[in-house]
Parts: sequence; structure tokens; C-alpha cells
Amino acid sequence: MHQPIHELTDAYRRGELTPTAVAEAYLARIGALDGRVGAYLTVVREQALATARESEHRWRAGKPLGPLDGVPLALKDVLCTRGVRTTCGSKMLETFVPPYDATVVERLRAAGAVILGKTNMDEFAMGSSTEHSAFHPTRNPWDLARVPGGSSGGSAAAVAGGLAAGAFGSDTGGSIRQPAAFCGVVGMKPTYGRVSRYGLVALASSLDQIGPFAQDVKDAALLLGAVAGHDRRDSTSIAAPVPDYMAELTKGVAGLTLGLPDEYFIDGMDPDVERAVREAIEVLKGLGAQVERVSLPTTRHSLAAYYLILPAEASSNLARYDGVKFGLRVPGRDLVEMESRTRAAGFGAEVKRRIMLGTYALSAGYYDAYYGKAQSVRTLVRREFAAAFARVDLIVAPTTPNVAFKHGEKEDPLSMYLNDIFTIPGNLSGIPGVSVPCGFSVAGLPIGLQVLGRPLDEARVLRAAYAYEQATPWRGRRPDLT
Amino acid sequence: MARAPPGFDVNYDVVIGLEVHAQLLTRSKMFCPCPTTFGAPPNSQTCPVCQGMPGVLPVVNRRAVEFGIRTALAFNCRVNEACRFARKHYYYPDMPKNYQISQYEEPLAEDGVLEIDLEGARRAIGIQRLHLEEDVGKLLHEGTLESAQASLVDFNRAGVALMETVSRPELGSPEEAAAYLKAFRAVLVFLGVCDGNMEEGSLRCDANVSLRPRGTAALGTKVEIKNLNSFRNVQRALEFEVRRQAQALDAGERIVQETRLWEADRGYTRAMRSKEFAHDYRYFPEPDLVPLQIDRRWVEEIRAGLPELPRARRQRFVTQYGLPPYDAEVLTQSRALADYYEATVRELAPASAGAAKASAGAGDRPKVVSNWIMSELLRVLPGDDERAIQSSPVPPRHLAGLLRLIEDATISGKIAKDVFGKMLASGEDASTIVAREGLTQVADEAVLGGIVDSVMAANPRAIEDFKRGKTVAKKSLVGQVMKATGGKANPTLVDRLLEDKLSKM
Amino acid sequence: MIERKDVEHVARLTRLALTEAELELMREQLNSILAHLDTLRAVDTEGVEPTSHAVDIVNVMREDEVEPCLPQEAMLANAPDRSGEFFRVPRIIEE
Repeated sequence: MHQPIHELTDAYRRGELTPTAVAEAYLARIGALDGRVGAYLTVVREQALATARESEHRWRAGKPLGPLDGVPLALKDVLCTRGVRTTCGSKMLETFVPPYDATVVERLRAAGAVILGKTNMDEFAMGSSTEHSAFHPTRNPWDLARVPGGSSGGSAAAVAGGLAAGAFGSDTGGSIRQPAAFCGVVGMKPTYGRVSRYGLVALASSLDQIGPFAQDVKDAALLLGAVAGHDRRDSTSIAAPVPDYMAELTKGVAGLTLGLPDEYFIDGMDPDVERAVREAIEVLKGLGAQVERVSLPTTRHSLAAYYLILPAEASSNLARYDGVKFGLRVPGRDLVEMESRTRAAGFGAEVKRRIMLGTYALSAGYYDAYYGKAQSVRTLVRREFAAAFARVDLIVAPTTPNVAFKHGEKEDPLSMYLNDIFTIPGNLSGIPGVSVPCGFSVAGLPIGLQVLGRPLDEARVLRAAYAYEQATPWRGRRPDLT
Repeated sequence: MARAPPGFDVNYDVVIGLEVHAQLLTRSKMFCPCPTTFGAPPNSQTCPVCQGMPGVLPVVNRRAVEFGIRTALAFNCRVNEACRFARKHYYYPDMPKNYQISQYEEPLAEDGVLEIDLEGARRAIGIQRLHLEEDVGKLLHEGTLESAQASLVDFNRAGVALMETVSRPELGSPEEAAAYLKAFRAVLVFLGVCDGNMEEGSLRCDANVSLRPRGTAALGTKVEIKNLNSFRNVQRALEFEVRRQAQALDAGERIVQETRLWEADRGYTRAMRSKEFAHDYRYFPEPDLVPLQIDRRWVEEIRAGLPELPRARRQRFVTQYGLPPYDAEVLTQSRALADYYEATVRELAPASAGAAKASAGAGDRPKVVSNWIMSELLRVLPGDDERAIQSSPVPPRHLAGLLRLIEDATISGKIAKDVFGKMLASGEDASTIVAREGLTQVADEAVLGGIVDSVMAANPRAIEDFKRGKTVAKKSLVGQVMKATGGKANPTLVDRLLEDKLSKM
Repeated sequence: MIERKDVEHVARLTRLALTEAELELMREQLNSILAHLDTLRAVDTEGVEPTSHAVDIVNVMREDEVEPCLPQEAMLANAPDRSGEFFRVPRIIEE
């Protein structure tokens, strides 16, 4: 069941497996197991099988569309899919059926991918545990009493639990990398602007990016390559050509200089995490990489800057949910009452909190002190990374300060926010980053190693992750869900 | 220079600023490729972007920027080197995203001027800024706004490119404000960036009005007036508002800063329920769009392509054609009409060397054309309607043809007016109609002489009266000759013949 | 310090109907979060431009060409309340 995508398509080529058989197998597995995991919100059985059949014709005729043809994938329910409801994990959009596909979805369909369904997430991508979905929590396949991380918890759990061969999520402050670390899979956030945001329901417009979850680094490279590249419908989309990520994958790390940031090893982080990451660094050294210390002093202010920028932009992006044109409507005696009741009923507590915070931060008199200030601090964070990358090729660090925690353990919003301290800076600077499994805690919970690179240097990031992965036993370790 | 509206006390200086929103004549909307044509079925000209669906992103329409630059140059604004878009937040159901993409701290252009002429005096009114934004949808109320239980929304208009121009508060009277708006509109129509149709809402105006004691400098509290949908309403509303404020101030009351609606049917402005929390728009730079750095070469290209603007054209009509200022003003009220005039003049007097055919009636051709257009053409077509003039059933060359027939005395001026009416109805040229209906003027001396003789013979009393000094009697004789010829006699000839014959008696 | 009236004001601006209890809880939580975010004040950002745009791109524009719209039905399909070809909303009381 747990064949990575690149092996799956080899099997298709050799005729050992067929897309329909594989799709059926995944659908059956979802049927049997997802009740316990809760990775999916919507499964599109008929569509998936129809797509699989079409793919099968192509494989038989020896004319596959490419390396994703017939590959079953899951999509975070924050990506618009034509004709398939897209809820963003919220009551507000519980019945919303987009009349259009996100660009990423169009590209995946054009590549022949088989979309199995839409995965669970923290409501409107606000959260780090997928406990804030309006529908149900998702459980970590490694320990069902624990969270899979968030906000793309459903996609991470789907890949970890063998409920999809690969998946896509979105990362605004770590929402791909952190759940990837918690679930023991590969998760990547590309450079801001590398992948089109058209059709990604916006959280924080200047921070959001779409990225893949994969069983291994090679799959991540394939998935990224299929969706990356300029989109004229996204004005923030980068025009630079997309390199062939596969071509550089096996180049190794010899001769590369890796930076180890002082500020990413903090008091209070899980000692298992620190140990695993430090061991990973030794492995990389053993493979020929040079390791240097770097200092990113503004790291400690990143959380605050992020938690001002994100709510401000999110409060703006979520203003459109008012019961007028789509989604939930709660009746009211007049327009204002209808809108206010609709938003009160449609949004959960975390979303409301961030909307209120963001509106306040942007309101008259507070702009300079809050949003303006935070964006200036952000500039400092970007400059520090740029200065570091003048000396090193990549930065390696833990993905998270901890491993998957138990459901209900982090009720206090502030303590939840701390999950993202190592991933947020990457979003603030717009640089690419990957989380790759690097071991387990004493209790058997996955730990992630984060590799960050220069803007548009995904190829080098993936290459380092690949080298590490190939030299270690973590790849292919899967939880036993049965 | 302030002027109080007629009949009111002159204790106050009036300070008015106008904000004009113009829908740009781009084919597609400001941030998406939906069409902008008017009159489509509701919600049939929209897409996920202009409806603000989840996940959508805007992309700037280059032509809208070009039109903005064109307008900015016509008003002598400084086109900023860089500008950006910002989100302006407020809740209203005609605004899909509940924020409008507009421009705030870095608009497209600033610091321009519009010169207006009012009763011979020339004034330069400052233009503070010009920026681009997206329009909102249309709201229909089931009944009146106050009584409706529900409202209906049509988003066809949402996302249409809008250009907002804010004047400095330098207008000193309601009349001046109306003059500013007229001149402003004329420029936009001349540039081809907006059709200037206030009834259809492609040009909208809000005013800010305040009063201050005459001769003082500090600005008074300003009141915003909305819902001004014609030049007349701009003037009426401002007259009312100035009166209202003057009366309040006279009575020692404080003017409340608020927004008032002009109720055209009732003739007053009324306060909208005061917006306690008005105008916290929470502007921040639009993160889904990137800044525009306006290339100076592009600006120069646009500048080179600017058409002759209304004021310049008006002045040229005076100097080049020798027209009185009044005529020049009427003829340049729209680009189409001005083009029509010049085309007719050109057709009438082709520019072949020395070809000024000294035909009897040539006279002052430019003035003849002007008179004809003003009295006959504009009687039936609205001069400020570009489309109507451009699609006139009588094109310039037909009018020129008609005027030529008068010039060479083929028909009389009176007959020509009838012919013109027929040309309008049928679209035919003058010669065709004249030939078909046998309207050619009778100018044969012998024929006319004979008719004059018989009229004189039949009217001995009139001749007697004439001899006794009643010159009016000759007119009646002329009239009878005209009647006998079915109006086709050449009146000058008739007059001369009668004069001759009468003097020989 | 956010006061109760500030919370009410913001809730009104952003169209959120909060209960008494929610308003109070929100006030506490916002104050607590803002206290943490206040640490930003200590950072020296003198002369540092804010990051208004996350990419170093300028002048992305499209040509003024029309593309087909979505059909009317597709656009109205998600309407919570419609009247024929229109979206329908409850009465608007002028504010």
C-alpha cells in the first residue's frame, strides 16, 4: 500500500499495477480506516474512479501524461475544486461548491492525477493541530490520541496513514512543515510566488503558499514540479522558469555549507527533538557538508510579527464571508443583523479571535504601532536570512520544538502559537523549506528536520533533504493503523 | 473668489471641493477579463474574481492605467513614478469582498489643474489627486430604501474600472462647481476615456461644502453631499446646502460633519443617519497586487497621443475660423460635434490650391456652417452626445452638399431647411432630394420677370401703397411671387426685379 | 489596554455578533495576546521599510481583453437567497 509515487508509476509502466486497482485500494482503505483517523472531509469516489479509468487507458496505450498520471492524491479543503464542495474546515463554507478549479488543481488534473478527496484542516487554515476544524478533529496515525499538527493535518495524516499516495496542503506559518514533522512524512513549502495562489482560499495573502506532502523526497520533487510555475491569474506569481527538480536530486551535499541557527535551539524544546536534529546534522557532516553557526537575532520577534500580520490580512480576506453570495446564512431582521449572526455562527472561536485581533491592528490609530511595525520587523527577518545565505547555502534546524501533543493539551491560544516558532520565519521571508523525517521520540513519535534555502533554490533544498533521507532508515517507516 | 448664490447674504465664503468618479471605457473590468458592456442580464457578466469568491486574485488592466495616465496628463498632473493599490474596507452588499481595491497613499497622479471659464473669467482649479479603483455592483430595493423589506444585488458592474479625481477645495460657488464638472466631463469625453453619461452612472459626483465667515482663512466644517447625477442637480444641491449652512450659522448653530443625500424630487439635502463609526477604512497595501513603476517613456508616448483638448480647440475655432466665442463653445461641447463641424467646413471648401470658388453665396463659410449646425442640426440632435453625433443621419459631407446648393443658388435658404428635414429622415443627400422633388430654385430672369409682372398686375393697390412710401408693400409682393413659384424663386433676384420694375413706374 | 467598548466597536466594524460572555472573553484574550505582541515595540526599526509586498516584482498587468464570463446560473448557484437573476439580501437600514 505504501508505495511512493515514483514506484507506483513504474509499476503502471510495467503493467504490474493499474490506476483503477490502486484507486480502489486506496478508497477501500479510506473506507476502512478513515473513520478513526478523520483525514478526509469529502471523498469523491465516482470521480476518482472515472479519472483512474481514463488514466488506465493512457497507460495501456503507452501514452501517460507524465509522472503523476493515475496517482491518487488528496487535497486540503482550502483548494477550490470545481463541482466539489470546498469547506476550508468551516461551517461558513459547509455547502460551498466552487464553480472553478484552483490553478494547482487544474495542473494536477492536466497531469492525470486521481483526486481522492478533500482533507480536513483547521478552520480557514488557522491552527497547528487540526483540532479547530468545524467538523471533526483529525488524529495522528502514529498515535490516535494525538494531533497530526495543522493546519494541513488531514493531508499529512492521509499520507502518513496510507490513505493517499501524496497530498497537497498550504503553509502560511508552518502549516505544511509542522504536520509533516508530526506525522513523519515529507512536507514542503516553496518560495513565495513559486506556486500559484489562484484558487487557494486566502488566509494571509503575503504569506500563503501551496505545497506537497509526500512519502519521500523524490515524490515531493515530482509533486512540486507538477504545479510550480508562473500563472497569469496570480500577480504575485514568479515568472522565472521551473528547473527540473529531479535532475539535481542526487547531487549530494558534499561541498555545501549548512548554517545552524543559534536561535533555533531553545530552552523548553523537547530534548528528543534536539537530539534527533543534532544527530541529523552529524549525518550531513558525514556526507560531506560543512556546518557553520549562523545567527538570526530577530527570530525571537518573528512570532509576534507573524501574529500581527496574519490576523490583519486574514481579517481582510475573511470579510467577504457574510451570507450574501455563498456559504452559510443565518437570517436576520435586517442586513447587518444577518451578516453579524452569520459570521458569529459560521466562524469558530479561533477564527473570530484572529479576525478581531486583525481588525483592531488595522484600525485607525493603531496601524503604525501594530501592522506597520510588524511589517518592518519582517523586513529585518528577511535581511537576516539574506545575510546568512551570503555565507551558507542552506539552513538546517528543527521543524518544531516538540512532537505531536495530545488532543486538548494546548487549549491556550498562545501556547498553540508557539508550535510555529521555527517555521514562521520561513514564511515571513518567503524562502523555501522542507521538513523531512529524522527520527522518533522515545515514545515513538516522529521528528522533523527542516532545511531552508534561498529564494527559488528548491532544487538545492530538495537535494540536501534527499541526501539525508537516503543515508538514514526513516524513509518508509509507517504507522500500523490496522 | 467666492460668490454667494443669488439672493443670499454675502457674509460667508463658500468652499467647495468635488470628487468625481468616472467609469473608464475599457473593454474589460479593472481586475478581471469580464466585459463591461451596459445592460446585460443581471449577474451574467461576472466571474469568480469580480464576485469575490474564495481564492480569487486580481490582475491589473493595463488600459485602465493608460487611461488614468492620459487623463492625468490632460490635467497637468504629476504622474507618480510609483503607485500601488490598497484595500479599503467597509461593509455593503454591493461590494463583493467587503473591501474595495483602490489607491491610498500612493495614487497614480497628483497636483493637477483644470481651467474653467465662467462668465468671461478664467479660473484654475487645483486637482489634488487621481487614482484607480474598482466599481461596486448595483443595488435595487424592493420599493424605496426606507420601506423595502429586501434588496436585490446585481454584480455586473462590480469590478468595472473607475477613476476617482479629487479637486482641491477651491470652488467658490455652486455655479463654479457646475462649470468645473462640465469642463471636467468634456475633457474626459474628448480623451475617449469615459462616455460621461451621468444618467447611466458612468460619471458620478460627490461634493464637499463648507462655509467660513467672509475674509477669514480657517475652513469651516465640511459636509459631504452625495447623489448628484446631473449638472443641474449639482448646482441645485449646492445652492440648497449653502443656504442651509448659512442659515444655520446665522442662527449660531454648529455645522455637523456628516454625509447628506440630495433628494432631487424634494429639493433638499437630508442627513443620512449619522455614521458613528464612519470611515475607518483600515487601508493597507493590497498584498495580491504588486506596485506599478510607471515607465517615463510610456508616459511620453501617451502624452504624444493626446488629442486636442476642449479648451484649446475652442480657442482655435475662434482664431482659425473667426468664430465668435459663443459659437466656439457650442461647437466644442463634444469631440464628435467639433469633428463634425470641421469636417463639414473641409468638405465645403476643399483645400485645393486657390480653389476658393468665388461663388455668389460663398461668404463666410465657417460662420455659415456654424449657424447651420447650431440652428438646424442641434435642434434635433444633442450636441454633447458623442454617439448621436457620430451616427447622425446627415453626415458632414451631406451637410456640406446642402450648403453648396445654397451657395450656388440652386435652392433658397428656406427650401434648404425643408430639404434638411428630409435628409434627416431619409439619410439621402441634398441633390437627390432636390432633383426628385423639383425643388431647384427658379433663377431664370425671364421666367421670374414674367411672374413678377403678373403679380404686379394683379396687385395695383400694393403698388399704390409702395409709391406712397409704404415699403412694407414690397414685401407682400415678394411674398406673392414666392407663393406663385411654390417658394422656389431666388429671393434676391425677385427683390431686384421688383425693385427695378417698381422704380420704373 | 483594550476596553470593553473597543471590543464592541471592532466587533461592529467586522460584523461579528458576540454574546456578553464572548465579548468579555475576547477582551481578556486580546489583551493577553497584545501584551505579548507589544514586545515588538522594543525592536529598533528606525529607517526600515515595511514589507508591503512579499515578492520583488513590479508592473504585472494584463491586456484589456475580454474573456468569457461564467454563466449566470453558475454564479447564482451558491446564493443563500435569490430572486430570479438577483442575489437577495434583507433590508438595509441606513447607518
